[in-house]
Amino acid sequence: MSWVHNEAFVGYCFIMPNLVGFLAFTLLPVLASLIVSFTSWDLLSPPRFVGFKNFIDIFGFSLIPEAALASWTDYLFVWQYLTPKDPGFWQYLYNTAFLMLGIPFGMICSLFIAIVMNRKLRGIMFFRTIYFLPSISSLVAVALLWRWIYNPDYGLLNALLGFIGIQGPSWLTHPLWAKISLILMGLWSGVGGTNMLLYLAALQGIPQHLYEAADIDGANALHKFMHITIPMLSPTSFFIFIMSVIGGFQGGFQSAYLMTRGGPGGATTTLEYYIYNNAFKWFSMGKASALAWFLFLVILLVTMVNWKYGGKKVHYQYI
Amino acid sequence: MARVILQNVWKRFGDAEIVKDFSLEVPDKEFCVLVGPSGCGKSTTLRMVAGLEEVTAGDIIIGDRRVNDLPPKDRDIAMVFQNYALYPHMTVYENMAFGLKLKKFSDPEISMRVKEAAEILGIAHLLDRKPKQLSGGQRQRVAVGRAIVRKPKVFLFDEPLSNLDAKLRVQMRAELKKMHERLQSTIIYVTHDQTEAMTMGDRICIMKDGSIQQVDNPLSVYEKPDNRFVGGFIGSPPMNFMEAEVIVRGEECFLNEGMFEIAVRRRYKDNVMPYVNKKLILGIRPEDIHDKLSFTLNLKEGNVMSGMVDVVEPLGSEIFLHVNTGKNEIICRVDAHSKVQPNNIIELVVDTRKIHLFEAETGCSILQ
Ligand SMILES: Nc1ncnc2c1ncn2[C@@H]1O[C@H](COP(=O)(O)OP(=O)(O)OP(=O)(O)O)[C@@H](O)[C@H]1O
Ligand SMILES: [Mg+2]
Repeated sequence: MSWVHNEAFVGYCFIMPNLVGFLAFTLLPVLASLIVSFTSWDLLSPPRFVGFKNFIDIFGFSLIPEAALASWTDYLFVWQYLTPKDPGFWQYLYNTAFLMLGIPFGMICSLFIAIVMNRKLRGIMFFRTIYFLPSISSLVAVALLWRWIYNPDYGLLNALLGFIGIQGPSWLTHPLWAKISLILMGLWSGVGGTNMLLYLAALQGIPQHLYEAADIDGANALHKFMHITIPMLSPTSFFIFIMSVIGGFQGGFQSAYLMTRGGPGGATTTLEYYIYNNAFKWFSMGKASALAWFLFLVILLVTMVNWKYGGKKVHYQYI
Repeated sequence: MARVILQNVWKRFGDAEIVKDFSLEVPDKEFCVLVGPSGCGKSTTLRMVAGLEEVTAGDIIIGDRRVNDLPPKDRDIAMVFQNYALYPHMTVYENMAFGLKLKKFSDPEISMRVKEAAEILGIAHLLDRKPKQLSGGQRQRVAVGRAIVRKPKVFLFDEPLSNLDAKLRVQMRAELKKMHERLQSTIIYVTHDQTEAMTMGDRICIMKDGSIQQVDNPLSVYEKPDNRFVGGFIGSPPMNFMEAEVIVRGEECFLNEGMFEIAVRRRYKDNVMPYVNKKLILGIRPEDIHDKLSFTLNLKEGNVMSGMVDVVEPLGSEIFLHVNTGKNEIICRVDAHSKVQPNNIIELVVDTRKIHLFEAETGCSILQ
């Protein structure tokens, strides 16, 4: 009976359900994927150890066959004669970064909506709900809606542009506009969501007396926004930015899959989409795992860089 | 020229009347203290002067201008907040310079003024720090510094010392007084601490439930409270109050508490006569009740009482006794070397020159 009285044992019992789940469904697969990344595995035949081949296939470069490295200057500029082994990877990395251009706009819009929602107006709860809705709507439904909006011939967007005499592009089938389309859709469905709520909470957390002190110091609305609101929101902005960058690296699959299937010509394929393709379209589990681990390291790096250099510019309350 | 006048000022929040018919004139260069219990509307009054709250009715005049409709920045005032309200993301220098920058002062001018203020307040070595790297007292100084760099006509202080520990409070009290002497500016200072009010104010304005109870210099307020509330609020430990019946015996008038009687001095007789056989509230300050053993003035019959000592509070410099007269529990101050013990019976002498008498219903003093 003594084990009943052992507090540590009882404690472990309490966290057991969660712990088992975490071990079995998170930690184990994560470690397994590290091993898989050094193998060639199609899910059907047993995995075969291939060393760093997957990583070399992804990040490696090869010499252009006809490149004749004759003189030493050729060696100096050897990068001119290199071609990536997997040009797709670099393109998708670029796409992923490009789609992240939406982050600052999203943050600005979220902040703007939060400021409006922070007003003490009648029925403000109603508007908060309305603005929050897109972010909790099914992405499939949202994508359907936006495919109709983006339709080049009878879509809402081009119809509106037509009114002011602009011939809209074919949004989802042009390599550049397709990316921008996805960014816009992401903005629409994201700005009123969690980030807006975070900003709203942060706005309400700014002590009123700071604004009053600024009033007495002679500040107008713009001064107060620039010198109090923005700096006081910096911890929140910092948090949202990190989370968005991390989300940006990990994301892009769902909307691209639903809107463009990663096209045209891979123009909206992100790293996440590429991992999906490798794993479940081409059954190269090894390469997919290698990509996933690369992503993990990138995110780890971003987080560390942000914390090291971004943390200094962040202002927390002093009390 | 920088007097502040409040004329019949009212403030309502919805149906709640927070400040009622408030009229006060603070002359130029005066240090005026608004004091009153928590929630009586002191901050609201101050914030109306600052322009942070709108006036429901009445006029506020600063200098020669009616400022009701002016925004805070055009009123030429500076305010020090209870929690300092320093900008947490700015250094001490930037905190103090912010208002000047917005007023488009030149950089050398700003720098000169900030340094000068920092010298006065002894924070010159802290100019590069952020508020969170400062102690409470230092933050308080920065808040004051932010106010004085602007050289305003009027300073408004809202309980600036209440977040400091007792020792620092005493020190800052003296420093603020010195600063006032030096700057020669008009100050309205809000506090709920009667000691601060007594020690700092040229005049004290005592508030209760949004109305003024009395405005006068500290000594007058202490010695001649207009009503029971003021008598009880100013002074620590507070004035003792007890019900007493006025009785006349021959030529003499007495106040009968039930367990003892106090003779009314001849000069108060006219004030008391209308209340014969009625109840009054007798107010006696703790320091006006003496231990009979050490009382040296000549005793007149009729002002001695006795009671049982409940609690003995030695403070070093003096001892406060809580004495039960049989009807009332009173506090009196006795010599630091008194040998009184709890449960002793003690004989006490009331200094009848210093008693206060208030009407039972209205609480108004009948001696003024
Ligand atoms: N914006 C407001 N809306 C409604 N009631 C308010 C508002 N501001 C203050 N009050 C009320 O007005 C009353 C006086 O408030 P005020 O802050 O002036 O008190 P105070 O005398 O400064 O008290 P303290 O010593 O606690 O600071 C309080 O009862 C408070 O609840
Ligand atoms: Mg207050």
